[in-house]
Amino acid sequence: MSSIKLRAVLALSGLVLACATQAQQAAAPKKAAAPAKKAASAPKDAVTAEFEKFREVMEDASPAELFEAKGEELWKTRRGPKNASLEQCDLGLGPGVLKGAYVRMPRYFADADQVMDAERRIVYCMVTLQGFKAEDLAKRPFSSESRTPDPVSLVTYVAGQSRGMKIAIPQRHAKEREAYKVGREIFDFRAGAWDFSCASCHGEDGKRIRTQELPNLTSKKDAIRAFQGWPGYRMTGGLMHTLQWRMNDCFRQQRFPEPGYASETIADLLTYMGVNANGQVYKGPGIKR
Amino acid sequence: MKLFQASIFGAAVLAIAFAALAGDDHAKAVAMMKRDFHAKGIAGTDRLNEDGLQALCNRSRNNPPKAVGERLQRDQLEAVKYPADGKFLGDWKSGERIAQNGRGMTWSDGGSAANGGSCYNCHQIGPNETSFGTIGNSLSQFGKTRGNSPEMQKYVYGKIYNAKAFNLCSNMPRFGHSGTLTEKQIKDLVALLLDPSSPVNQ
Repeated sequence: MSSIKLRAVLALSGLVLACATQAQQAAAPKKAAAPAKKAASAPKDAVTAEFEKFREVMEDASPAELFEAKGEELWKTRRGPKNASLEQCDLGLGPGVLKGAYVRMPRYFADADQVMDAERRIVYCMVTLQGFKAEDLAKRPFSSESRTPDPVSLVTYVAGQSRGMKIAIPQRHAKEREAYKVGREIFDFRAGAWDFSCASCHGEDGKRIRTQELPNLTSKKDAIRAFQGWPGYRMTGGLMHTLQWRMNDCFRQQRFPEPGYASETIADLLTYMGVNANGQVYKGPGIKR
Repeated sequence: MKLFQASIFGAAVLAIAFAALAGDDHAKAVAMMKRDFHAKGIAGTDRLNEDGLQALCNRSRNNPPKAVGERLQRDQLEAVKYPADGKFLGDWKSGERIAQNGRGMTWSDGGSAANGGSCYNCHQIGPNETSFGTIGNSLSQFGKTRGNSPEMQKYVYGKIYNAKAFNLCSNMPRFGHSGTLTEKQIKDLVALLLDPSSPVNQ
């Protein structure tokens, strides 16, 4: 599907869903009563509450599914200088096994002797199996108005194959345990013009920036929010983004220089946050504000 | 130079005191980040070099031993540059705009536009802005409850210039020390908080 067509479909599905939202609200007053209970225990501002209602409805038929379809096509098509598909790519559970792979990454891969998150591993497969160049893939790795990079669609496809499964990021290999410990240090590392670390915004319960609620990613309870909804179709800008983008934009706002795409730094950071979310159910690619 | 000597002292103490505390995970993380990050826009890789204060807060998980902490905090206070004209109160209207403005110092910020203070990102301030963050305390009615004495003005100026001079591992950026805000901008923010005619104190 061309990107123009894809965008048209998205716009249309947005419209249909907006109508569906209204219809559902009118038809099902019972559903509306549930979030009110939540609001009583932790008061939320109106914008957040509205968006969460909207997201509940949207996640039943998420625009992310269109990117999953694109990713599936890319996965199965022979491409690249080696004219190969990705069907022999081993995401940790054996070549071509996708079910449950996403909720078990980052993990240690013996062939690369590295801990890799989903996107890092997919890029590795694109390089080793298909012959793409890592530096080409790293040039413009994030979605923009004009294009959705292939790894974004591929990650979305792979993530969709873990929908409804429990997060179970392994800590068996010594390098996996080290990645967690180093990831924690990266999370806590204060530097730069404003002395910020990840923890400056995501180290305490119940904080906000403006009206945006901030998950405390050091706590078991909130850590799922670093995982849930990613890859996500972001309403702001209408683009599909993965955790690689999320980490990149956090470091931008942290007033840091730019982290390398699919780097070990990001893999370790995602290991730290992912392991904290272990045991919780991953709902699949989602929608973000 | 006194400040230079103090930072040498700080670095030496740190090296000895915290090698044991942090283990080598911290060192591994720093080396990895220095390898994996690259400069972009105005954000150079020098930003990954911790200064003495950052190093101390990082290695002690923001809870430094008293003696070293006090020493470094005193250094920070001594380095605050107060206005040469001795005046601290600027224009609260301009202060409100600076408090609203969240731009500045990221790799996507250009060089020419004035930086903002991002104040509302973390603090409740004026009564007309309901979109405010909660990482910092509420500053609503700040001047009304604390008065507008010269000492209070000097304190607020210093606090915005370098919050770490009063609380070493505070979450708040050092707006003057880091060159984010100018002397005039800080004066305008002091006025926003303390000027009796500012909406903050109505």
